[in-house]
Parts: sequence; C-alpha cells; structure tokens
Amino acid sequence: MSIRTCSWLAVFLLIIAGCATQNQHVMESGSAVELRSFQTRAFDMTDKKKMLNAIIATLQDLDFIIDKADEDLGLVTGTKYSGYQIRMSVIVRPRGETQLAVRASALYNDKAIEEPMPYQDFFTALEKSLFLTAHQVD
Amino acid sequence: MSYRQGVFVCLLLSGLFAGCATIPKDAFKLSPTSLEERQLQSRKFDTLDQKLLLAAGAGVLQDLGYNIDESNTTLGVLTASKKADAKDTGQIVALVALGLLTGTMTPYDDKQKITLCLVIKESLDDPNSSVARITMQRIIWNVQGMISRVESIKAPELYQVFFDKLSKATFLEANQI
Repeated sequence: MSIRTCSWLAVFLLIIAGCATQNQHVMESGSAVELRSFQTRAFDMTDKKKMLNAIIATLQDLDFIIDKADEDLGLVTGTKYSGYQIRMSVIVRPRGETQLAVRASALYNDKAIEEPMPYQDFFTALEKSLFLTAHQVD
Repeated sequence: MSYRQGVFVCLLLSGLFAGCATIPKDAFKLSPTSLEERQLQSRKFDTLDQKLLLAAGAGVLQDLGYNIDESNTTLGVLTASKKADAKDTGQIVALVALGLLTGTMTPYDDKQKITLCLVIKESLDDPNSSVARITMQRIIWNVQGMISRVESIKAPELYQVFFDKLSKATFLEANQI
C-alpha cells in the first residue's frame, strides 16, 4: 500500500471512529434500573406545590442556588459551588392516588453521580424538611 | 516488600485514588449550622402578597445591576446574576510579594460572576406572613481567565443590605425569623 492510500485510510478511519464513539455517548447510561432506584423515593403526600417548595428549601439549606423551577413539569434545578460544582435536577410526579415520586439526578463537576450515598443524604435532608418518611421505590 | 517497592505501591495507589473524582461526604448533608444560616438568610414580612415581594425583589436586583435569569411566581423563585470586578488590592500585593520571593508569579483574581436566588413562601408559623430567603454564590476568574474559586457567599451584612432595600421597596418591615 502506498503512503498516499495509507493516509487516506487513516483519515477515513479517524472520521468513522470519531462519529461512532462520540455518538455512542448520546443515549448511553449506566445501569438504568439500579440508578433509578438510588435516585427515586416515594412520599405519602399528593400536594405537588408543597413538595416543590420543600425541595427548593432543602436545596437552599444545602447551599444550592435555584436555576430553574417549573410547577407544571414538577421540576427544580439547582447549582452548588463549594470548591466544586454540583448541578442537580429534581422531578416530582404523582405515584398512584396517594403518593408523589421524587427523582433526583446530579452531576459532580459535570460528571453524573452514580453512587447511592449522595442521593440518600439528599432524601434524608428532604425528609427533615417535610417531616415525612421517604419510601424506597422498586 | 523492600522500601522502594513500598514507596512505588504507595505512589501507584495514590495515583489511582487521585484519578477517581470523589464527591465530598458532606456535599448533600445538612451542616450543623444550616438552621442558623437559614435564619440569617431569611426575613418575615407581614403580607400574604408573595407576588408583591417577588416583584419588589426583582426591582431591587435590577437596581443593583443584576440580570434576572429565572422567575417563577407560583413557586416564588427569582434568580439573578451579574458580572463584577474581583480584584482585591490586598491579594495582589501579597501575590506580588510572594512572586518576588519565589520567582514565579501566581495569577490574582480578576472577575467574578455573582448569582443571587430569592425564594418567597408563606410563613409556617404565622398564617399572615411570608418569608423571603436570599442565598448567594459566585465564580471567580483570575487574570489568566481560569476559574480560581467557586463558592457560596455567606455574609450576614450583605443579606441585611438586601432586605433593607426590599423593605423600603415594599413599605413593609423586614422582621427576623
């Protein structure tokens, strides 16, 4: 193979490789089921606005600034700066007739947090703010 | 294992651990002072008109040169930010002195982006009042344009200035909670 063919092949491979591996991340996730269970809790209440207010207060207690709050979507997004950056999104939706499900997801320095402990700590703080117990969701 | 092997293993392990970004253990834990901080950041106003407080808050923030980034009336949230100077003469003098001693100049702080968040909600203990709470944070860039610090601003005197202005704007007294 001539040097010329070789270089064309290299360029072609680079383009293909770039596309394939970079696109692969667009829809990729870790173990979705396990992660969802870390990130979700159910509460015995149905007042969505009260829950959103409690989430906002808890995030403020944890030194977050609220970036976005949307009652219709049941969404609150916040950022914390403390030598590091954490961005957190919390979504509230009805779960059956008597419960609300709260799902939190967070990024630590722009990398998804996939460990259970930080979420556990967040829900403990939220429980305190609501005077309610958070139930694990299957 | 010889001493040299021991050192090598230690270095290797510390290298591995340094590679993993670990989340600080207290990142999502309420600090022992969180209740006290909440009190310092909050004031009670004798009104149930949360829209009035929020609109007045937006006016005060505009007066202070902030740009409103997010607002939600039903949830009582207002977030605003501005860019400002972050040069600190004391820091510059200290860093120049250090630079003369060591021969390398450490870049000093240049600019900052300050974000404020105002949350208004009904008071839990008083059915005729609303509570306003303000929290602040900032990102500081050095003269090389690199982020030198990201932090929450916890300064009771700044909360006081804000609530004095909010109080004047609403003709309502801001009470400690």
